[in-house]
Amino acid sequence: MTVLKILVGCKRVIDFAVKIRVNSARTAVETADIKHSLNPFDEIGVQEAINLREVLGKDKVSEIIALTCGPSKSQEQLRTALAMGADRAIHVETSKDQTLEPLNVAKIFKAIIEKENPNLVILGKQAIDDDSNQTGQMLAGLLNWPQATFASKVEIDKDSITVTREVDGGLETIRSKLPAIVTTDLRLNEPKFVTLPNIMKARKKPLTKFSLQDFDIDVTPRLETISVTEPTTRKSGTKVDSVDDLISKLKSAGAL
Amino acid sequence: MSFTNLVRKSFSYYLRRTYPFKPVITIPRYFHNSAVRYAEVQPSLNTLTEEEESIREAVAQYAQKKLLLKVTEMDEKEKLDPEVLKDLFEQGFMGIETESEYGGSNSSFLAAILVVEELAKVDPSVSVVCDVQNTLVSTLFRKYGNDYLKEKYLPRLAKDTVGCFCLSESEAGSDAFALRTRAEKKGDYYVIKGSKMWITNSAEADIFLVFANLDPSKKHKGITCFVLEKEMGVKVAKKESKLGIRASSTCTLNFDEIKVPESNVLGEIGKGYKYAIEILNEGRIGIAAQMIGLAQGAFDSALPYLFERKAFGNYIGEFQGMQHQYAQIATEIEAARLLTYNAARMKQEGKDFVKEAAFAKLYSSQIAEKAASKSIEWMGGVGFTREFPVEKFYRDAKIGSIYEGTSNMQLTTIAKLISQKYKV
Repeated sequence: MTVLKILVGCKRVIDFAVKIRVNSARTAVETADIKHSLNPFDEIGVQEAINLREVLGKDKVSEIIALTCGPSKSQEQLRTALAMGADRAIHVETSKDQTLEPLNVAKIFKAIIEKENPNLVILGKQAIDDDSNQTGQMLAGLLNWPQATFASKVEIDKDSITVTREVDGGLETIRSKLPAIVTTDLRLNEPKFVTLPNIMKARKKPLTKFSLQDFDIDVTPRLETISVTEPTTRKSGTKVDSVDDLISKLKSAGAL
Repeated sequence: MSFTNLVRKSFSYYLRRTYPFKPVITIPRYFHNSAVRYAEVQPSLNTLTEEEESIREAVAQYAQKKLLLKVTEMDEKEKLDPEVLKDLFEQGFMGIETESEYGGSNSSFLAAILVVEELAKVDPSVSVVCDVQNTLVSTLFRKYGNDYLKEKYLPRLAKDTVGCFCLSESEAGSDAFALRTRAEKKGDYYVIKGSKMWITNSAEADIFLVFANLDPSKKHKGITCFVLEKEMGVKVAKKESKLGIRASSTCTLNFDEIKVPESNVLGEIGKGYKYAIEILNEGRIGIAAQMIGLAQGAFDSALPYLFERKAFGNYIGEFQGMQHQYAQIATEIEAARLLTYNAARMKQEGKDFVKEAAFAKLYSSQIAEKAASKSIEWMGGVGFTREFPVEKFYRDAKIGSIYEGTSNMQLTTIAKLISQKYKV
């Protein structure tokens, strides 16, 4: 069986439990002084890499690398990944106001992948802030690698990977050769709590930094956000007593 | 006159007006440098390092997601769930400051404080179990134990064995050194005879740090600390049925002529009283942390209700009367927290922290009681029912002014230290 070298993608996002608000300029969601954390699907990705190491054995998984592209504070999310069990981390640092679109993130990841040569890349299926669901697929396209997205189960056998995918029609199981891209879905695993000794050990694990300038990639956004507004508040409805009543109300509202 | 000359003039004028002495450089583009030179910015009291933040976050995740589910059951059964105890060990919460060579988490005192605080936000009972294990039991071994005792007991305390601190007796609480448990030397072992009361963790513990008097003629200077194990014959007698922190066991312990090898004397003979005083100073900060966690937990449970419940056409949280009340409590919790963190930092710095620890414990226990009480009031009738968590916080808070040094003892300590400054 080939030895796995796993690269896991991480993104710093607003914590899922935070009540978000639109900023006063109505151009984006307010991010200042708000709790951020590791994207939940990325957390599942890190846990999957660790689970694979436990199942296959330490000799079959040479290294687990956590990679993020983001502002300097994204370092915290890398520390979380290291505390969960990743061996080292890579931080491609961008300026705080830099918008990174999925295609550009995929290009940066491709550059790192060409340096590091992992044979399994695990990404979250989407980030909970932009819900793009594009980076994994685009990365596979750029690298010309097979992709297994929305994974709810991953198994490694010799040098192929068998993934059960959650699709609209149900579950689909596919097998592909390595190297491959896998994107995680919710039911793939349940991330374990980070223990205190592991947090302390994470401090000593290596974290290399790059800046966007180190890569010859054009990261200008192709999309311009015109405005961001809160969804309209739900209006209260009315109760009806009979089906005839319902039909007449629908007719008068113009729905029938 | 050129523009730069104009600007230069106005800046020098401004500098001369605001600084009592002439700054070295008055050219505008050096203004920032000279300002920084005169006032170096120290971090605020509630600044945590990145590592401390990750630790707090990790404990909060565990407490909110897993521990929370077991709280009510443990309180009703008055018993610590073995699963929870296992989790505390597995997460590394029971040997926080213990060095990694002994299997501990190799972290700092402030990390221990943060763990105790975050656990208390969800369950003050579990928080005190963790607090006693870390700040009293493990630290006593680390500070005063020789290599033999450290190697024998610290790994067990970090990995799977609960310890307890046995000082108080039925006739010796605040007057701790009136203790009557006796130790007698017989060859290469000691015989311990007596009984301890009000001992936290005693039902789950296998390791007991017992303070006994080897030579009552020397009064408190005969008190020595012995390390006992359950298998030596420690009997756990009556378990108290309490008002609050019910999941934490509080029992009477009986020592019926227990033989303890002389290698199990912790530190020096006759120095037990000193160790007890010093360790309780640290433990005090731990209890303060438990209390601020409790206060915040109660507050966080009640506040959302204020913006869900309507009365007289408004959310009750919008009435000025309510606003003033929760603003007051929030202020007091913040003050208590800063007292606690500052005392912890002073201890880490090696400064004398006895007074600050007393401030922290005294004030935090008072504020916790007040915050819990108010939280019930804000929730009205539902706050009084057992369906909501606030009534438990109210019951749990009362112990804060009693254990690990009553509020009266804290006041006496503070007064003694302060009066030293003003007496001739």
